[in-house]
Amino acid sequence: MTSFLETLFNGLTLGALYALFGLGLSLSLGVMRMINLAHGDLIVLGAYLVSVVAGWLGIGPFMSLLLVMPAMFVIGALLQTLLLNHVLGRGPLSPLLLTFGLSIVIQNLLQQVFSSDTRSLQGGAITTEGVEFGGVALGLLPLVTTAISVAVFALTHWLTASSHYGRTARAVADDPDTARLVGVQPRRFFALMSGFILAAIALASVLYGIRTPFAPGAGAERLLYSFEAVVLGGLGNLWGTFFGGLVIGVAQLFGAQVNTGLGPFFGHLVFLAALVLRPQGLFGKGTA
Amino acid sequence: MLCTKSLDAFYRQFQALFGVDIHVRPGETVALIGANGAGKSTLLRALAGALDTPRGAIELDGHAAGAANERQQLARGIALVPEGRRLFPSLSVLENLQLAARNGRSGHWTVERLLRDIPLLDSVRDRPATALSGGQQQIVALSRALVMNPSYLLFDEVSLGLSPAAVDDVYRLIGTVKAEGVAIVLVEQNVRRALAESERFYCIQKGRIALEGASAGADYAQVTQAYFGA
Repeated sequence: MTSFLETLFNGLTLGALYALFGLGLSLSLGVMRMINLAHGDLIVLGAYLVSVVAGWLGIGPFMSLLLVMPAMFVIGALLQTLLLNHVLGRGPLSPLLLTFGLSIVIQNLLQQVFSSDTRSLQGGAITTEGVEFGGVALGLLPLVTTAISVAVFALTHWLTASSHYGRTARAVADDPDTARLVGVQPRRFFALMSGFILAAIALASVLYGIRTPFAPGAGAERLLYSFEAVVLGGLGNLWGTFFGGLVIGVAQLFGAQVNTGLGPFFGHLVFLAALVLRPQGLFGKGTA
Repeated sequence: MLCTKSLDAFYRQFQALFGVDIHVRPGETVALIGANGAGKSTLLRALAGALDTPRGAIELDGHAAGAANERQQLARGIALVPEGRRLFPSLSVLENLQLAARNGRSGHWTVERLLRDIPLLDSVRDRPATALSGGQQQIVALSRALVMNPSYLLFDEVSLGLSPAAVDDVYRLIGTVKAEGVAIVLVEQNVRRALAESERFYCIQKGRIALEGASAGADYAQVTQAYFGA
């Protein structure tokens, strides 16, 4: 029983990280109607930036976020303004092709600068400390990961539901042409939104880099988990993405109990099975 | 005064307006009438900055106001109520108003004033905007434009798809807007109503002004002829 609870807990906390990976993808899809294939590579880029800043300044990865989050915000806004805005509204294929190219550029750039050796972020005590609850050992890093993920989703929910930015996002998602008639400038708003997405990615990058060694080519797997969380939760459904991430995380860790190397495979299997039973995702609206 | 000078407008390769000259004086109500596809909505969209137009083709108070986007036109005091209302379904009535208020000009009309002066708005403020009846939606759409405090209100298809009672409600509110000195350019399929509610009219036929004049005492047979191009 204890082993079951530990696996469940670890699966949920891993899923909370996947949900954080998927948040930006969910926002891109829900508001900009765009799938960013470079999303995973941007997560890896964030981890490298944290690694560099932490190394230069001799500070911990969480402290380095004070510089990396604003930097990622600027990168996101620039990417959207200089590249992605130019292909929006030209059908679904153009953003896919552009972000696929961007993914390759980021991977090659990281490989040129940092080589293909793996790196990891030194989280210090957070990686070794833990608490025991009802006989179940809970790691501090998974707990912090979950707390941060829930907090970021709650903040995004609040922004979407109650702020001017949220009203703008929903209006643009509903009808960008009419949004212009009430003074919204969708492309400028998308730049702001991409900045927010990359700042959130920076948070996910730190948690990912402390938990797992990373290399320039690790983005594809991160993209896949993000995508599964978003699709499983129901396209564009914020909390659906969160629960989609949890499902994938739990499936992976219970799968790993069956065969250590097949954890991700079980995650994919559950994703496919869920989609067969509910194509619109767990929290998506049906077409009927 | 808002005016166009030899205004041409295009949708890609298709030319929808040909050398259109109109003018609207401050506080005046002008009706645009014409058959479907004549170019009325295109003219309103061009004035609102939703279509690319040459720099000199639109003037406001003697200054060039063409080659602008919607936000720039809003800052100049030109707002459009689009055909079909086009309220945001993900936003409540209140949120539709708040969004526009934040991006528009400040002035006489505020969200609070509208909620106070139009009881309907307050009673449905938290409902999804598109869950309302057509007439209620039209009131919300008009209020959404008003809260941006325009000097020139462009109103596309005032009565389209509405019951007679709902049309009367909308025109009652338009009367209030007129009383505040806002100039109105309205597109209305009901020719008699359009003439009754306006001081002057333009009849558009295949992208060109076919007839213009004072609404009071207009020759209905002549207007109908210009309308249908017979």
